[in-house]
Amino acid sequence: MRSTVATLLSKELTLEWRTRESVPAMVLFSIATYVVFHFGLDRDRVEGDLASGVLVVTLLFAAILGVNRLFVAEHEQGGFDGFLLAPVDRTAMLVAKAVALFVFLCIVEVVALPAFALLLLGPPLTQALGPLVLVLLLANAGIAVIGTLVAGLAIQTRARDLIVPLLALPLLVPVVLAAARSATPLLQDGGAGALPGNWLAILGIYDLLFALIAFAVFDFLLED
Amino acid sequence: MATALVLTAAFAMVFFYAPLDADQGFVQKIFYVHVPMAIVALVGFMAGGICAVMYLRTRETKWDMRSYVSIHLSVILAVGVLITGSIWARASWGQWWVWDEPMLVSFLIVFLLYATYWPLRFSLEDREKQARYASVFAIVAGAFVPLNFAAVRMAEAYIHPATGATVAGGLPPKMGLTFAVAMLGMGLLFLTLVKYEMASKHATFRLRALRRRLAGDDDDLRLPARSAAPQL
Repeated sequence: MRSTVATLLSKELTLEWRTRESVPAMVLFSIATYVVFHFGLDRDRVEGDLASGVLVVTLLFAAILGVNRLFVAEHEQGGFDGFLLAPVDRTAMLVAKAVALFVFLCIVEVVALPAFALLLLGPPLTQALGPLVLVLLLANAGIAVIGTLVAGLAIQTRARDLIVPLLALPLLVPVVLAAARSATPLLQDGGAGALPGNWLAILGIYDLLFALIAFAVFDFLLED
Repeated sequence: MATALVLTAAFAMVFFYAPLDADQGFVQKIFYVHVPMAIVALVGFMAGGICAVMYLRTRETKWDMRSYVSIHLSVILAVGVLITGSIWARASWGQWWVWDEPMLVSFLIVFLLYATYWPLRFSLEDREKQARYASVFAIVAGAFVPLNFAAVRMAEAYIHPATGATVAGGLPPKMGLTFAVAMLGMGLLFLTLVKYEMASKHATFRLRALRRRLAGDDDDLRLPARSAAPQL
């Protein structure tokens, strides 16, 4: 299982490196979204709960873009058939894709977070960078697991790009909620507050539970 | 039969037996419809998930049918819950909808999630795949229901009357009894509707099969409109 996951993961990352398809689009989309927020909210700077909301929502929408593209190559070029023929545990595809999506989201955030600090964020980013990174890592994990599951469900449908946001957004509400609540004290004016441990715990537990559920059901999606 | 009796008894009790609530007055009586509907809808969603697990284990279409019907009726009840809830909110709090209420927000999210069940089923043409994918969805969504309520409840302050505390400790006996009867009535209504819907679908398919036989296996004869429901 581990070697299968490693092989699939290296394939994913190599493909993305060579085609540069999803990640640059997600980065550009998040920066464009900051501009839209500037105009939509009619503000030059945001802080506190507004800042954490804008950050988390932007990352969520950029992630949906990535989720839409996740299984497309497999579906269009027979990758599913090839994988099903191999004598490996099918859940390896879930793990590999989820880890790949997690890596993509982390790369997107490496650019999107400084861009946010530059464009919209009021207080300095450095005041709580460590805890903020932790919050974002947990949020990425949740989005990666749920996104992969939803992408797997949606790839075989005819209205794939419509189904993904419809399914993913309600399932991701607790992730958004917990991430935004955790980040709020970190982004406030007048010095960062303490990281709310209970919200972080909720985020972690939700991620874990969904990972278990996804692990249990993913096999059924890949049958022929 | 039993359902009709219990429901009539429940409504009679609501109007004549249960005392008027001290601060909300007559409007509070909508609680006897709203809360049982909400509880039955949520249980129905989770039951849909359990039937989906059975489908994936046995691959018998009847389990997929049960899962579909359960979720179908629960969504209809959920619409009822949202409407009666809004009416109650307007009457007692002065607003149709409030955001700082964990119950309402959680329920809305669950409703939006299950509303995507139909686009999902519709967009999958192959029957077996449709059943399989819908089952996966039903399981994930069924597991999501309690998680969602827990998460949202932790987020918000609460003014929604906490039903558990109300029923267990706060309701005077007359109201408690009325509530119990209303709960039973709503549960029986749900089960009756499930039976009716399943019977209706069975009958439709038998009829269609017979028609096809009569017409000599001519499949073009009145193709049924595409439906999201599982075929038997």
